[in-house]
Amino acid sequence: MRLRTSIVAGAVALVLTGCGTPGDGTADGGVTGTVTVFAAASLTATFDRIGRDFEAAHPGSTVMFNFAGSSALATQITEGAPADVFASAAPRHLAAVATADGTPAVFVRNQLVIAVAAGNPEGVRSLSDLTRPGLKVALCAEQVPCGSAASRALDAAGVALTPVTLEADVRGALAKVRLGEVDAALVYRTDTRSTAPDVTAVEFPESAQAVNDYPIAVLADAPNPTAAHAFVAHVRSAQSRAVLAEAGFQAP
Amino acid sequence: MTLIAHPVRRSAGSRRPRGARRRGGGVPVALLLPALLGLAFLTLPLIGLLARTPWSTLPQRLAEPGVLAALRLSLLTATLATLLCLLLGVPLAWLLARVEFPGRRLVRALVTVPLVLPPVVGGVALLLVFGRRGLIGGWLDQTFGITLPFTTTGVVFAEAFVAMPFLVIAVEGALRGADRRYEEAAATLGAGRWTTFTHVTVPLVGPGLAAGAVLCWARALGEFGATITFAGNFPGRTQTMPLAVYLALETDVEAAIVLSLILLVVSVVILAGLRDRWISAP
Amino acid sequence: MTGHLLDARLTVERGGFRLDVPLRVAAGEVVALLGPNGAGKTTALRALAGLQPLTAGHITVAGSDQDRPDRRTFVPAEHRSVGVVFQDYLLFPHLNALDNVAFGPRRHGANRRTARRSAVDWLARVGLGEHARQRPGQLSGGQAQRVALARALAVRPAVLLLDEPLAALDARTRLDTRAELHRHLAAHPGATVLVTHDPLDALVLADRLVIVEEGRVVQEGDAATVTARPRTDYVARLVGLNLHRGRAENNHIRVADGLLLTVPERLDGDAFVAFRPSAVALHDDQPAGSPPNTWPATVAGVQRHGDNLRVQLDGPVRVAADVPPATAATLRLVPGQRVWAAVGVTETRAYPAG
Repeated sequence: MRLRTSIVAGAVALVLTGCGTPGDGTADGGVTGTVTVFAAASLTATFDRIGRDFEAAHPGSTVMFNFAGSSALATQITEGAPADVFASAAPRHLAAVATADGTPAVFVRNQLVIAVAAGNPEGVRSLSDLTRPGLKVALCAEQVPCGSAASRALDAAGVALTPVTLEADVRGALAKVRLGEVDAALVYRTDTRSTAPDVTAVEFPESAQAVNDYPIAVLADAPNPTAAHAFVAHVRSAQSRAVLAEAGFQAP
Repeated sequence: MTLIAHPVRRSAGSRRPRGARRRGGGVPVALLLPALLGLAFLTLPLIGLLARTPWSTLPQRLAEPGVLAALRLSLLTATLATLLCLLLGVPLAWLLARVEFPGRRLVRALVTVPLVLPPVVGGVALLLVFGRRGLIGGWLDQTFGITLPFTTTGVVFAEAFVAMPFLVIAVEGALRGADRRYEEAAATLGAGRWTTFTHVTVPLVGPGLAAGAVLCWARALGEFGATITFAGNFPGRTQTMPLAVYLALETDVEAAIVLSLILLVVSVVILAGLRDRWISAP
Repeated sequence: MTGHLLDARLTVERGGFRLDVPLRVAAGEVVALLGPNGAGKTTALRALAGLQPLTAGHITVAGSDQDRPDRRTFVPAEHRSVGVVFQDYLLFPHLNALDNVAFGPRRHGANRRTARRSAVDWLARVGLGEHARQRPGQLSGGQAQRVALARALAVRPAVLLLDEPLAALDARTRLDTRAELHRHLAAHPGATVLVTHDPLDALVLADRLVIVEEGRVVQEGDAATVTARPRTDYVARLVGLNLHRGRAENNHIRVADGLLLTVPERLDGDAFVAFRPSAVALHDDQPAGSPPNTWPATVAGVQRHGDNLRVQLDGPVRVAADVPPATAATLRLVPGQRVWAAVGVTETRAYPAG
């Protein structure tokens, strides 16, 4: 005879509590403590540098980053992750979370390019070249920002394209270009900069129709609002803008 | 395999001390408590999903054509991957369990590589071998015009790569545990090695084989990283349920929950249906 | 047909162990390999079955070499005409009784129907026609043993091999099954080799006994010879005799310093003398008139033995004596007690050891 154990599952709540160190901005406006920044994965390289600059400018402060896809970050924030600042790759995801001070500010823009193998062996010059038979193209899936941007750009160009894959993120699309599995992919210009020698970026005019705005905001439940505001201001400073421009981002 | 507690016969005249009776029929608290905690740990996330399921919109979400296509593709590829694993994994397990050869320990360790490797890296590794520029893929492409990436076959490959260790390890364990004298008995009755393998060895390790196949299938069904990396994501061709769930998560958490739930229900129904028939030992 | 269906010299060297057993079995003959655990009986059986290659010697069945290392001949088990009844039967657990028995004929080329018909026939012969559809797990020990026998016989083997066929059975089942097995072995036209450590199995089932100790044949012969004239302590214990070896001169055999036994036979040289424990009489004092074959001894132990008591005696030779309880009471037989032992001359049997 089998043991029948009936489990009465009651209202059991599994509460995941984050463990960010709450900073304490001092009364005179001095910036100390930890500021936790959730930032879109495409900002990884630039924000690392901007964070170091910030720490140098504000001794006693520490910047902690959590880089991931913007939608995943938005979900983490709404589920209670302790974040001070959210820098998203699309306004949509920032709109989904509660911010401290009204309208989030767009601090950079990113534009699509056609990523092809180094040296452009297939001679891709425009979006319409991507419809050539035998040419394999990777796009991002519609659900992620680079996919919706690609869709807008293709619509603007009046190009109907059948990709071989709809990648879940830019890195997936780029990886397939680098590995030679596809001949071209529509990705952000900044992404091609970081993979510069392996991948060549081909600019195309319709990308103007598909510019991605990157907004940044202090979050409503920020544990360290003083430092959070200081960080947002730092991101929008001339110094940081130079860093971002170097990586291929455009000013808003 | 089944937790069995013997029922205690309580006769009126029983003079057995209470402690003895408890020992005879019960489960020790020291085991029961962690067991229940373990069960809760495994099932609470599921309950979390159920709690957030948008029941009212469930029917219309189910009716979306992409959902059924992804589900069908998932079941098809996981089953094909399991068959591929059986075809290659059972002989491999036999080799590891029964044949002494130099470097066997190394080979056994290599078999577990896909378990340790992050699936995305596994997908990249598959591309490096079977991709258009890959070691074998290039040759396949040029000689036969066969390309695996971005095809349903590619999905099967990715799933089989990640899931095969589960089968091999389970079957090898079963083979090691099996009494080899049955194979000797078969030989004395005139069975050659192949017949002995198919008619005696395989049935003897049947429960282990079934358990391995079920693990393999379940792992293949949930495969994400290697699949999206190697086979990409294209609805109807390479977009399996986990990929659909991941992308749905980008825009619509509720849709992702519904899709996950469908995958869970279907797999649990199938596994529960199989378990008693195939896995229970004779 | 010249001589023996099975002609073998089984030599297997493995680790520090060496088996070297010559074995010849005629068609229709049943030979028991009898010996203590670890004597190498099972190794011999496995070599005959083809599950253990010889390191030297040969196995020839009906004039055809099955295993002959010096000629690099080795016929694997599946190509030998053998049937094996394993000690714990090894019935395939996933097949019912019928399919277990049909397994062999099927592998030997019979189609499914023929194989099953033959299996039905064999099951009926061992009295298990009713149990054809049962799995081994549902059979009793005795039934499983009979299915195993039917399975081995169903391939009509030239050589039938049985490894401790009754050892796994309880005492009562063993009695019935032994009689049954005897009938089937007697009917088997091929050569039969039976491995056992149970002398009763060997005596009942076999036409001839081959006693194996430490890998070597120590004695061989029919049941009457072996029981009457044991040649090793092991065999003597099996058949319940006191056995001593000594130097014979006419009617005397010196079995130990200070003990010269008088025997009816006239012999010279190395000889055995055997006598039953019940032939040993015990006395308080030295019997009057100093009859032959008396010696002082010390009681080493006393055990029940049937209706009598078996007394182990130390002294010039170690001897077992069976005495009635009444005698034991009179003599107050306790360990350490000193007694006189006596064996009548006509109760002894002597034979050459050479």
